[in-house]
Amino acid sequence: MNKTLQYLIWLLVAVVGASAVGGIALHRGESINALWFVAAAVCVFAIAYRFYAAWIAARVLMVDASRATPAERLDNGRDYVPTNKWVVFGHHFAAIAGPGPLVGPTLAAQFGYLPGTLWILVGAVLGGAVQDMVTLFLSTRRNGRSLGQMAREELGPIGGFAALVGTFTIMVILIAVLGLVVVNAMKHSPWATSTVAATIPIAMIVGIYMRLIRPGRVLEASVLGVALLLLSVFGGGYIDHHPYLGSLFNHDGLTLAWWVIAYGFAAAILPVWLLLAPRDYLSTFMKLGTIFLLAVAIILLQPEVKMPALTQFIDGSGPIFGGALFPFVFITIACGAVSGFHALIASGTTPKLIANESDIRMIGYGAMLLESFVAIMAMIAATVLDPGVFFAINSPAGLVGKEAADAVAVISSWGFPVTVEQMETLARQMGESTLFARTGGAPSLAVGMASIFGSAFGEHLLALWYHFAIMFEAIFILTTLDAGTRVGRFMLQDMLGNFWPRIGQTSWYPSVLLTSAIVVAGWGYFLYIGVIDPNGGVNILWPLFGISNQMLAAIALSVGTGILIKSGKLKYAWVTGLPLGWLVVVTTTAAWEKITSTDVRVGFIAAANDMSAKLAAGVLPPEKAAVAPQLIFNQQLDAVLTLFFVAVLWIVIVDMLRVSYRSLSGKPVRPSVESAYIQTKLDTAWVRD
Amino acid sequence: MWQACQQAVDRAWRFLRQVSGDDAYERYLSLYAANQERHGHQEPPLTREEFFKAWQQQKWDGVKRCC
Repeated sequence: MNKTLQYLIWLLVAVVGASAVGGIALHRGESINALWFVAAAVCVFAIAYRFYAAWIAARVLMVDASRATPAERLDNGRDYVPTNKWVVFGHHFAAIAGPGPLVGPTLAAQFGYLPGTLWILVGAVLGGAVQDMVTLFLSTRRNGRSLGQMAREELGPIGGFAALVGTFTIMVILIAVLGLVVVNAMKHSPWATSTVAATIPIAMIVGIYMRLIRPGRVLEASVLGVALLLLSVFGGGYIDHHPYLGSLFNHDGLTLAWWVIAYGFAAAILPVWLLLAPRDYLSTFMKLGTIFLLAVAIILLQPEVKMPALTQFIDGSGPIFGGALFPFVFITIACGAVSGFHALIASGTTPKLIANESDIRMIGYGAMLLESFVAIMAMIAATVLDPGVFFAINSPAGLVGKEAADAVAVISSWGFPVTVEQMETLARQMGESTLFARTGGAPSLAVGMASIFGSAFGEHLLALWYHFAIMFEAIFILTTLDAGTRVGRFMLQDMLGNFWPRIGQTSWYPSVLLTSAIVVAGWGYFLYIGVIDPNGGVNILWPLFGISNQMLAAIALSVGTGILIKSGKLKYAWVTGLPLGWLVVVTTTAAWEKITSTDVRVGFIAAANDMSAKLAAGVLPPEKAAVAPQLIFNQQLDAVLTLFFVAVLWIVIVDMLRVSYRSLSGKPVRPSVESAYIQTKLDTAWVRD
Repeated sequence: MWQACQQAVDRAWRFLRQVSGDDAYERYLSLYAANQERHGHQEPPLTREEFFKAWQQQKWDGVKRCC
């Protein structure tokens, strides 16, 4: 194609993108069309991918299409397999995109649509996608080594240990908060509970089919599973209306939390083929299908975003979580902008499939942009709701009051009018008894999705769409819960194996039971506290998760920056150094505020002290006084954890700076473990089909 | 026109099978045959059941799902 035309097309994309971003940022009216968000994201991501990512690949990383990848050199037909780039893209995207980009933007919408949207766009382009691509590249050049191994070999044992401990703790917090999200969606909802419960036997049926009846027939089994899942959404409606069956699935949060904990333990000790692997197929198909459907519905329907660009809660007084716009929007939206967890997938698993280094840009950078696009859609689904409704669903009862009349009065007084009748009608349409105080983001996202789907594909099906959305979220939250518990177990077995070799044998059953129980007890504790906390728990756990995830991102970016400097590319070190610097500022500030703030809704210590004082003075109502000692201990524990995260972060940074300084001043450093150049012999046409 | 459509559907189907792992065993067999010429394996290839077992077990060894 001729150059002038290309030039004109990119100019057009730039102009449309700039107008869309400008429109979103400067618009101050009643509402704004969601299509502007889609246009802004598509244009910004297209330009970033075409120019910035291409520049990084060519100049900074110097990807070399003639170099044989580990998949080619070490091809064993099992984990090292040269694979078609679209297939790798699919696997990589399915692995990195979990519930995180759906929940984070929904919670951050309390600041208005603008801060979260801008952070998703900028954070992904300059931070998250860069981290994923650089880590993927570095691991590909090192035979698919994991982040922890790279940190140890390139920086030193401190970095490696930090990555290991960081991964373990982040996993525990992540599972707890996701468990809480599911519990809040199922609380006193027989429909949601029975549908989510049905996903377990359905996964088992699919697992047995794939293993014993028709081994390896993945597609047949998945079609069967998806059909059964849709049936379970219908069936849930029947159970909901049935007086006896309904009562079997009608539980309070605490009972459900115990069930989730018991389930997590069972899932961790069952063989993977029975539950985890088959459910993962179902969740991947559901995820891709639903996201595609949501994109189509948003484009067809072009809903109006009713949330203002900014709300008064940017000052830190927000009901969903306490804390001001800076730094908390950057902590709340981790997945979707920059997520350290991705570095674990981008090192270790994906690099072993890459057939050619020239695929790295599309897989590393491209897949992250797609995940950010999912985050933008979650932001749209949350902000198309009336702001009053959004806050009524997401504000904890401890803050706005248990009674519907109190809650609507408080929320309306913030300037977001909502009535009891409005909420009752909405709950009835969605097939729920109430939607008040359903914190955690999943229910409000489901209401948003249901209203978008409902207007695009049929209004009378709202309740079905709502429970479909809940099932869709729950199915991959449970997958993350299983997979995470299992990974935590392996890591723990590995660590304890240093002291007691027998326990390090991953297949020794007593060891499996013991380590699984420890991991489940770890996240189960935070889940339990989250459920008994009248303020909803999410407001504590989600920032903790954000801080730990950003800490892991900072470790990954430190490894990247350190290696760039060591390999003589100081002038390009800002590519990873810039997002690293920003994450350090954000994470440290957030951690500092979470520990030292005197605002009881932000500071852990302040909250613990405040509650102790109230408990001593006897001013707490009896039900709060009963759980107060546990909540006080938990706030103190959270403060210690936060301190630990930020300490690990700074240790890694200082270690990276030390290695960089030594390298720049010509002192000896650990040699690069990059594998030597071997020319590729792979006929790429064969891989690419 | 009709042929082009058919080809497109064919390609999409092959892609779906590959991305989902539905054709993993066929791929393994063809790789085994290709390597046979070079290395001369002693053992016969795994059966479908054995292969699928090993494939699934190894797929879930390590951090495979994210947030």
